[in-house]
Amino acid sequence: MTGNLRLGFHAPDSSAELAHLVAEAADARTPIEVRGRGSKHGVGRPVQTGSVVSTERLADVTLYEPSELVLSALAGTSLAEVERLLAEHDQQLAFEPVDLGPALGGGEGQASIGGTFATNLSGSRRVLSGAARDHMLGVRGVNGRGEAFKAGGRVMKNVTGYDLGRALVGSWGTLAVMTEITMKVLPAPAETHTILCFGLTDTSAVEAMGLSLATPFEVSGTVHVQAPLTERFSDPDIAKGRGSVTAIRIENFASSARYRTAKLKQRLAAYAPSAELDTERSRRFWGEVKRLVMFRGSERPLWRISTVPSRAAKLVGTIARTLDVRAVYDWGGGLVWLETELTSDAGAIEIRRTLAEFGGHATLIRAEPASRASVDVFQPLEASLMSLSAKLKAAFDPAGILNPGRMYPGI
Amino acid sequence: MPLEDAIVLGISRMSRVLAIDAANRVARVEAGITNIAISQAAAPQGFFYAPDPSSQLACTLGGNIATNSGGAHCLKYGVTVNNVQGVRIVLMDGEILDIGGDYLDAPGYDFLSLIVGSEGQLGVVTEATVRLIKMPEGARPILLGFGSAEAAGACVAGIIAAGIVPVAIEFMDRPAIHVCENFVHAGYPLDVEALLIVEVEGSEDEIATLLETIAEIAESYRPLVIHASQSGAESALIWKGRKAAFGAIGQISDYYCMDGVIPLSKLPEALHEVGRICKRYRFDVANIFHAGDGNLHPLILYNANDPAELERAELCGAEILKLCVSLGGCLTGEHGVGIEKRDLMPVQFTPADLAQQMRVKTAFDPSWLLNPAKVFPLEGRDLK
Repeated sequence: MTGNLRLGFHAPDSSAELAHLVAEAADARTPIEVRGRGSKHGVGRPVQTGSVVSTERLADVTLYEPSELVLSALAGTSLAEVERLLAEHDQQLAFEPVDLGPALGGGEGQASIGGTFATNLSGSRRVLSGAARDHMLGVRGVNGRGEAFKAGGRVMKNVTGYDLGRALVGSWGTLAVMTEITMKVLPAPAETHTILCFGLTDTSAVEAMGLSLATPFEVSGTVHVQAPLTERFSDPDIAKGRGSVTAIRIENFASSARYRTAKLKQRLAAYAPSAELDTERSRRFWGEVKRLVMFRGSERPLWRISTVPSRAAKLVGTIARTLDVRAVYDWGGGLVWLETELTSDAGAIEIRRTLAEFGGHATLIRAEPASRASVDVFQPLEASLMSLSAKLKAAFDPAGILNPGRMYPGI
Repeated sequence: MPLEDAIVLGISRMSRVLAIDAANRVARVEAGITNIAISQAAAPQGFFYAPDPSSQLACTLGGNIATNSGGAHCLKYGVTVNNVQGVRIVLMDGEILDIGGDYLDAPGYDFLSLIVGSEGQLGVVTEATVRLIKMPEGARPILLGFGSAEAAGACVAGIIAAGIVPVAIEFMDRPAIHVCENFVHAGYPLDVEALLIVEVEGSEDEIATLLETIAEIAESYRPLVIHASQSGAESALIWKGRKAAFGAIGQISDYYCMDGVIPLSKLPEALHEVGRICKRYRFDVANIFHAGDGNLHPLILYNANDPAELERAELCGAEILKLCVSLGGCLTGEHGVGIEKRDLMPVQFTPADLAQQMRVKTAFDPSWLLNPAKVFPLEGRDLK
C-alpha cells in the first residue's frame, strides 16, 4: 500500500502524475474533490474532502482540424480560450455552453473545458444542435482506481466498444477524472436574427416557441424571460419595461436568415412579433442569455428544471401558487430557470412535488451551502435507477473516492 | 449470430407506434418497429426520424439502438444516440427501467449513452422516445465527379472548411458507380474515378445558393462533372442508386462489407492503402460510403462458396480495419463489433480501456448472459 496522499490542493501537470495521485488516494481510501478551474465549485452537494485534485495545469489544445470539425483539449484548458480559437476559424461549440459564473456571483469566462463537459450545461442552441454530450467524441481519463483509460476517438462515427466518454458527460467528476476531451465543433453561422414578442403570457410564449420549433426554419434558440428579469439585458428595447420578452433566433447565411426570419414572422402573426434584432444586437442578447445575466447579483435560490416543453407554463404556474418565483424558459419550454424565494428548503419540496405530476427533473444550481447540504440538489432517482447508478459508480470508482456525495448521498 | 447454447430473444413483434407528440416533437414507439415506419407515422404531421441507415426498410429501431446506426443524412442530424431521448429497458434481473423520456435531458448519469451502441449487452430495450424533426422545405443533391479519389477527398474537406455542413456527402468509386448505374440507371457519370453526391436542404432559393457555392468550391479540385439534380424525380433516382448500392453489388458478386472510420484528412491515403491491401490479397474492391464523416465501407468482392477465399477475405478485411485504426480512426462506425471484430479490439484499446468497458457490462449484467460472446475478446475477461 502506497497510500499517503498529502492533504491539500494538488494540480498535477501530467495525466500520469494525476493517475498516480488518484491511485494513492484509492489505496488509502481518501476521498478527493475533483476540480477543473473551480468555477462551478459552489454547485452540487458540498463535498467534504481533505484533498483537491485539479486539472487546471493540464491546459492545452492538443488537436484542431477545422476541416474535420474536431478539436481536442486537455481538461483544464480554459473554455474561453477554446471558444476564442474556434472563433478565429469561424467555428464554435454549437451547444453554446452556459456560463454560470455571473449567476454564482463569480466572474465571466472562468470555466474549463473539462468542467463544461462534466456538467453538461448546454445553452439555448441545444434545441437545434444538441447538448454538450452530443458533441463529445472521445475522452482520456483516470478512473477511481487510478488507472488511465480512453474511450471513443476523434472520428464522427464510432461504435467500437461502449461510449464511456459520453457517459462521463454530466457525471460531475464522480466517475472519473477526465484529462483530455475530443469534441465535435461546427461552423459558426454568418448571420443571426432574432424575432421579439413583448408582453406574452407564459402560456402564449410556450406556444409561440413550440410553433417556431416545429417549422423547417431551423430555429436555433427560443427563450421567454418574465418581467422584471428583462431589465438585466443591455438592449434598451428589451430592458425598458414592455413586460416579458419572447425571443426566437434564426441563424444561417445572409439571404437565408432574412428569408426564414420573414417567413417565421408571418407564422407568428398571432403573437404580434413587434421587433427584430440584427446580427450584432442578436449576438449581444444571446451572449447575455448564455451568461444568465437575468440572475446576476441575486442570492435567491436558482433551479434548473428539465421538463416536457408543452407543459412548462402550467408547471411554473402551479409552483407559483405557493412560492414567489421568477422564470426564464429556454429550449421551447423544455428548460426552465426558476428563481425562488429564500426558504429553508429553497422550495425543493414544492418544486419536486409539482414535477412528479408534470414530468421532468430539477437541479438546485444556486443556494447557500447549508441548503445544498440539507436538500436533494440533484433530482432523487427512483430506487431501481439509483441502484444502477451506484453500480455504475462502483464500476468506475469502487472505493468511492471521487467527489463523493456531490450528486447523490453514497455516490 | 446466436451461439449454439443460447436463447434468441426477438423483439420484432413489439412494433407499435405508441404516440406521435407533435407539440413536443417526439415519438414513443416499441423497439421492434422498423426505422422507416417511424418516419412514415410522423409524416402526416410533417415530421421525420432522422437516422436513415441504408437498410431502413428492414432494420428495427432496437437494432439501430444496439449499434448506434447512422445513415446518409447523419452528417447534419447526428446518429441514433443524438436522436433518442428515452428508453424503456428490461435488465437481467427482470427490472423494467424507464430512462429519460419526453424531456430533453435525462436526470442523473447518462445511461442512454451507454445503452445506445452496447450491442444488446446491457439490457433489452423494448420502447424508446425519439426526437422528431420537421421536414425541410426541400432538398436537392448535386453530383460532383473527379479524376481521382484524392481530388474528391480534398473537395469534401474544402466544402466543410468553407463552413457548409451539407445534409449528406456520399462517395462512390469507379467500380461502385458502374454497378449502381447498370442497376438503377440513375444518370451517374461513368468516366470518373470518384463521385460525390452532396445534398443540401432548404427553400428553392436557399438550395440554389448553397449548390452554387458548393459548385464554386468544387471548381478548385478540377472536377470532371458538376451536375445538380433538376427535379424531384431525378433526386429520387440519384438516392435510389446510392441506397441500392449494396444490393446491386450483391448481384454481381459476393462481398464482405467493412465499416472502418478514418479522419477525413486521411481519406486519399486510406483509399490508396485499401486498394493496395486488396490487390495484395487478389481481390477487387468497391468503395461506397459516407464521406462527410469518414465512415468507409470497402466491399471486398470474393466467392463465398470457396472456403479458402472466405478466409482470405477475412484476413484482408482485418488488415483494412487495422489500417483505419493506425490512421487515427476506429474499427467500426455503425455496424458494431459483434463477434467478427471482437478479437481486433486490442488493436484499438489497451487492456485498461477494455477492462473499464467490461466493468460497465458487469454492472448491468453480472453473469454476462446478454450477448456474451460479442464485443470483447474472450481472453482477459476475468477482471479482479
